[in-house]
Amino acid sequence: MATHSSRLAARLMVAPSVVVLFIWMIVPLAMTIYYSFRLYRLISPERAGWTGFRNYAWFLNSPEFWQAISNTLLLVGGVLVITVILGTLIALLIDQPVWGQGPLRILVISPFFVMPPVAASIWENLFMHPQNGMFASFALGLGMKPILFMEQYPMASVIFIVAWEWLPFATLILLTALQSLSSEQLEAAEMDGATALDRFRYIILPHLTRAITVVILIQTIFLLGIFGEIFTTTQGGPGSASTTLPYMIFKQAIAAKDIGRAAAGGIIAVILANIVAYFLMRGIGRHLDA
Amino acid sequence: MARAVSRRHKVVVTLAAWSVALIIFFPVLWMILTSFKTETSAVASPPQLFTADWTLENYAEVWARSDYPRFFGNSVVISVGSTLLGLAIAIPAAWAMAFVPGKRTKDLLMWMLSTKMMPAVAVMIPVYLIFLRTGLIDTRIGLVIALMLMNLPIIIWMLYTYFKEIPAEILEAARMDGAGLWGEIVHVLTPMALPGIASTMLLNIILAWNEAFWTIVLTTTNAAPLSAFIASFSAPQGLFYAKLSAASAMAILPILILGWFSQKQLVRGLTFGAVK
Repeated sequence: MATHSSRLAARLMVAPSVVVLFIWMIVPLAMTIYYSFRLYRLISPERAGWTGFRNYAWFLNSPEFWQAISNTLLLVGGVLVITVILGTLIALLIDQPVWGQGPLRILVISPFFVMPPVAASIWENLFMHPQNGMFASFALGLGMKPILFMEQYPMASVIFIVAWEWLPFATLILLTALQSLSSEQLEAAEMDGATALDRFRYIILPHLTRAITVVILIQTIFLLGIFGEIFTTTQGGPGSASTTLPYMIFKQAIAAKDIGRAAAGGIIAVILANIVAYFLMRGIGRHLDA
Repeated sequence: MARAVSRRHKVVVTLAAWSVALIIFFPVLWMILTSFKTETSAVASPPQLFTADWTLENYAEVWARSDYPRFFGNSVVISVGSTLLGLAIAIPAAWAMAFVPGKRTKDLLMWMLSTKMMPAVAVMIPVYLIFLRTGLIDTRIGLVIALMLMNLPIIIWMLYTYFKEIPAEILEAARMDGAGLWGEIVHVLTPMALPGIASTMLLNIILAWNEAFWTIVLTTTNAAPLSAFIASFSAPQGLFYAKLSAASAMAILPILILGWFSQKQLVRGLTFGAVK
C-alpha cells in the first residue's frame, strides 16, 4: 500500500530522469525548429535572416529527398525481413538438441558486439573489396569479374552488413521465446498427424508473435538511426544511391554547411519517426509488460 | 522444447547448427586471423586461412603509432562513466516506478522509450552548438553526458523490468519492521536488485562502447574513442589490411568478451522483460 508520503518520494525519485530526458529532447528540438526557418549557412554567416518555409521547400523538392526516404524504408524494411526470417529459421535449428550448445551461442551472438564502424570495415575491406576482398578472389578463381559491391549495389551491401549485425539479436530473442514453448503441445499435434509445416504454422508461429513484435520494435528504434555503417562504407554514394534520410541531413550540415536546410530535414525526420513510432507503439506497446 | 530424438538426428542437427554458427562468426574470425598475418599474405589470392609467417607486428605497430592507448582510454572512460552516471539517475526512477506505480507509469515509460525514436542526426546541430558554446565539445565529460542521455531510457526500462520481479511483500515486511526508505534501499533492495543492476551496467557499457554517431560528431582528437578512431581509419588504402584488422580486433575484443559473459542477460534486458 503506497502512502501519501511514499508517493511524494516516488515522484522525487522519478523527477531527475524525466527532467534530463525532457531537456535532452525539447531544447535541441526547439533550436532545430528555430534554425529550420532561418537562412543560416556556415560559409556565409553574414547573410542571416528569416526564410519562411524555404528550407522545407528545398528539402521536399530535392530529388535526393525522395531517394533518401525510400532508401531509409528499404534499409529498415530489408533488415527487418532478413533478420526475422533467418532469425526464426536459425532459432528453430539451434533450439534442437545439439552438442556444444554454449559455444555455439557465443559464435552466433558475436556480430552483435562488433561496433558498427568495425563491422562495416571488415565487410568492405576484407570481403567486398573489388581487388583484395575475399569475394573478389572467389570470383577470379571461378573466372568471373569481381563485383563492385559499393559502386554497383551500395544499398544492398549496406543492408547486408546491417542485417549481419542484427541477425544475432533477432535469433537470440526468438530462441528464448521458442524455449518456453511446451513440448507436450507439439507432441500431441504430431500424434494427431500434424505435419512439421502445420506445427510451425499453427503452434510455433502464434507462440512467436510476441517475440517477433519485440524484435521489430527494438530493431526499428536502432535502424532508423543507422549512420556509422554508411559513413564508413559508401558515404551515401555513389551519388546519392545509398543516402538515407539521416545521412542526407548529415551531408547538408557537414558537407554543404547549410544549417537551415539540415535543420528542416531534421524536423522532417522527427515527424516521420513520430509517425512510425505511433504505429509501432499502438501495434506493439500492448505486448510489453508495463 | 526438449524432445527425445535419435542420435543420428542429433548428429545432423549439430553439423547444420555449427555450420550456420561458423558462417555467422566467420567475418570476425577472418579479421582476427588477418591481424596476425603480414600485409603481403593478408591480401594473398587465393585467400589463405593459415600462413607460415605469423606476426605480432601489426599489434605492436598500431599500439605504437596511432595513439591507440589514448583512444582506448577514452572508450573506457566514456562507456563506464556514462553508464555509472546513467545508473545513478535511473535507479531511483526505476525503483519508484516499479514499487510505487501510478496511473501514468506505463505512459511515462512509453514516453521515455519514444525519446529514443528521435533520430540523433535530426538534433545533431543544436547539440553540437550547445557543446561548442559550453566547451563540452571534444571532452570526455561531454561525451559521458551525451551517451548517458542517449542510453538513459534503455537503462530505466531494463532496471524497471528487473525491479518489478522483486516481490513487493519483502519490502512491506521490511517496512513493518520499521525500516525507513533509506534502510529499505540499502538492506533489502540493493542485495536483491544487484544482479539486475549488474547486467544493466554491463549491457550499457557495451552499447556506449559501440556508439558510433555522437562519438564521431562530438569529438575531433582529444576525446575520440575507438569507434571514432576506426571510422576514420577505414578509407580503402591497399596494403594495410593486417594493421586495420589488428586495430579492429583491439577495438572489439574487450567488449566481445564482456558480451559473451552477459549474453543471457542481454536478451532479457533488451526485450524489457517481454520475452521470457
